[in-house]
Amino acid sequence: MTTAIRVLSLAGLALAALTLAGCENVKPWQRGTLADYTMRGDRDPIGQEQVDHIYFSREMASGGRGVGGGGCGCN
Amino acid sequence: MQTKQNKVKALLLNAILAAAVCHTAFAGLKPGDAFPDLAAFKLEGRLPEGMKGKVVVVDFWASWCGPCKESFPAMNDLQKKYSDRGLLIVAVNVDEARKDMDEFLKANPAGFTVVRDAAQALVAKANVGTMPSSFILDRQGKVRFVHSGFHGDKTRKQYEEEIESLLSK
Repeated sequence: MTTAIRVLSLAGLALAALTLAGCENVKPWQRGTLADYTMRGDRDPIGQEQVDHIYFSREMASGGRGVGGGGCGCN
Repeated sequence: MQTKQNKVKALLLNAILAAAVCHTAFAGLKPGDAFPDLAAFKLEGRLPEGMKGKVVVVDFWASWCGPCKESFPAMNDLQKKYSDRGLLIVAVNVDEARKDMDEFLKANPAGFTVVRDAAQALVAKANVGTMPSSFILDRQGKVRFVHSGFHGDKTRKQYEEEIESLLSK
């Protein structure tokens, strides 16, 4: 094994360790801020409709924007 | 050389997988576990006296949680219905700001004990999987039933059945 490969894999491992440390789960009881009204994706229905319309006109496709993250996450 | 390189790759993959598993695993309290001593956590508010020997419902809630709001009338009814047979409901608030809890309680009066886990230490210990979550403890302080979330009349009925079964023991 050449030194270059060893250094590279070590660097990769270090990078993984560093970046994965940033992956923190928000616990269910810590979602107070995420549950706020301003964090809701559907808080502006007209705005969302316009965005959807533009998206449809441009992409000939619609939907597929159901992304999790915000909200209460209750029940 | 090829095998060594593969070993390094496998090691990396393992590290990533282990990290992923650690982050998703939930190990909350299960039926049969002893519930931690509430008095050992610095909860704001006063715990009811004589909790020993009673059937206790410990409910974790927050002001920002819709189903929690829905559960309050049900818990009021339960407390009223079963208090003379030895039921105590202790609702543990986990709001970050006390003000949020106070406002919620003004709009949704509670006929049961409410304490606040300001440090979020007890809720972390219970490691609940969703909000609200509640634990029904038997007269010995052991967890007998666990509820994740509140689903209206269905949950209300389950509560009644489970509480009845523990009270009659």
